[in-house]
Amino acid sequence: MTKQRVVVTGLGTINPLGNNVIDTWNNLTSGISGIDHITLFDASDLPVTFAGEVKNFDANEYMGKQNARKLDRSGHLSIFAAEEAIQDAGFDLSKPLGEDFGIVFGTGIGGIGATEDAVRVYDERGSTRISPLAITQLMPNSSTGQVAIKYGIQGPSLTITTACAASANAIGEAKRMIEQNIVDKVLVGGTESGTTSMTIGAFAQIKALSKQNDEPQKACKPFDKNRDGFVMAEGSTVLILESESSAKDRDAKVYGYISGYGSSTDAYHITAPSEGGVGALRAMEQAISNADISNENIDYINAHGTSTPANDLNETLAIKSLMNDYAYEVNISSTKSMTGHLLGGGGAFEAMASLLSMKNNQIPPTINLNDLDEDCDLNYTANHSVDKNIDHVMSNSFGFGGHNAVLIFSKE
Amino acid sequence: MEVNEVFDKVKSLFEEELGIDSEKITMDAKLEEDLEIDSLGIVEVVMAFEDEFEIEIDDEELTDVGTVGQAVNLLHSKL
Repeated sequence: MTKQRVVVTGLGTINPLGNNVIDTWNNLTSGISGIDHITLFDASDLPVTFAGEVKNFDANEYMGKQNARKLDRSGHLSIFAAEEAIQDAGFDLSKPLGEDFGIVFGTGIGGIGATEDAVRVYDERGSTRISPLAITQLMPNSSTGQVAIKYGIQGPSLTITTACAASANAIGEAKRMIEQNIVDKVLVGGTESGTTSMTIGAFAQIKALSKQNDEPQKACKPFDKNRDGFVMAEGSTVLILESESSAKDRDAKVYGYISGYGSSTDAYHITAPSEGGVGALRAMEQAISNADISNENIDYINAHGTSTPANDLNETLAIKSLMNDYAYEVNISSTKSMTGHLLGGGGAFEAMASLLSMKNNQIPPTINLNDLDEDCDLNYTANHSVDKNIDHVMSNSFGFGGHNAVLIFSKE
Repeated sequence: MEVNEVFDKVKSLFEEELGIDSEKITMDAKLEEDLEIDSLGIVEVVMAFEDEFEIEIDDEELTDVGTVGQAVNLLHSKL
């Protein structure tokens, strides 16, 4: 059986920069920040009072209160993003997608907000007052199951929880499902809504978050000398992956190919990247080899670029080890400078950004990059988007636990 | 409390807590088919009744409850 090539035929998103693909892309290329003071709860007691929140979204209004109650916010966002992606791919929302469709979702912490709520009820009122919906809201596979129910997806399903690499791994594993002819279409998503009091408090405790509360839009500054941590963000992005032959048969619009996937584990430290980014480097090498291209074919690297001191330095070192002299030429950018860190939703968002970048031949910038760290001395596409022909993009995603997932997108 | 008062309280609970359309909520309405309250929803309904009416409802008491009217009568008998 011949190995299928994998294309992307639909995109959908809801994130701090926009509640659809077009608004998101326009804001990304305009260098706009989606980060602001927290409005979803009273954050005044926390050391960090800002985040990348989804705006102008009321789940009760969108799906009706009776349905909205069954899901955590991370699930609401998944259902919303999936709707846009399915329509964008040209499928009829009124018909079940059926047995030919698989589903793979990535999330870092699933329905953490529902977990927090249930614990509060338990502490205040005892076990018999815990909501019977708590378990189905908080389980990490909630979005996978609920999106499948909503849109009638009956093929194979997986939920991947490799922290901030989760939805990049989801795309990679879905790619393999299609290549191996297990199924010819897969809805792949990433979702996260960790903009909650305990979660932000806990991430702040491990010094992972920026504390530049005074100027939220300027806090996330990947590769800048004054970066001090990532910015928590929420959102969901969904892609429709399809075999090239299936897309051709139904004359579908194609955003590009998913040509390479690499995945590795640091086996070094539960939060810190391996020294010199050697774990990440192995995933990049695998992805490039899997795409059957050479390093110099990469026109743009959508970096993991979290704005933590450790990530940005080690990612830079890994890119240098990978590309040698070409590392100084290739355009790199961190779209997290605008969205904040979508955690398990990041890989899917950045896959979308990579595909749109390739389709539009435009590279979104790294914003807030004014004072380059002397150890981060590559071309990070500072502050303004760049127009350039792009044939291949590499997107990096690394997660706590030492998980590394790297994807390559190709125009042809 | 009269039966019609119990019904009014049940109706507002269903509307406000569960987000069910008010016009669907009649004494004859079937909980599962008409109001789309599934097995998890029933547990919520019972919890809401227990809080609202300050009573306790055993699982065995629910075996014959399939409509809003039957729920209202059960609650009325316990008040």
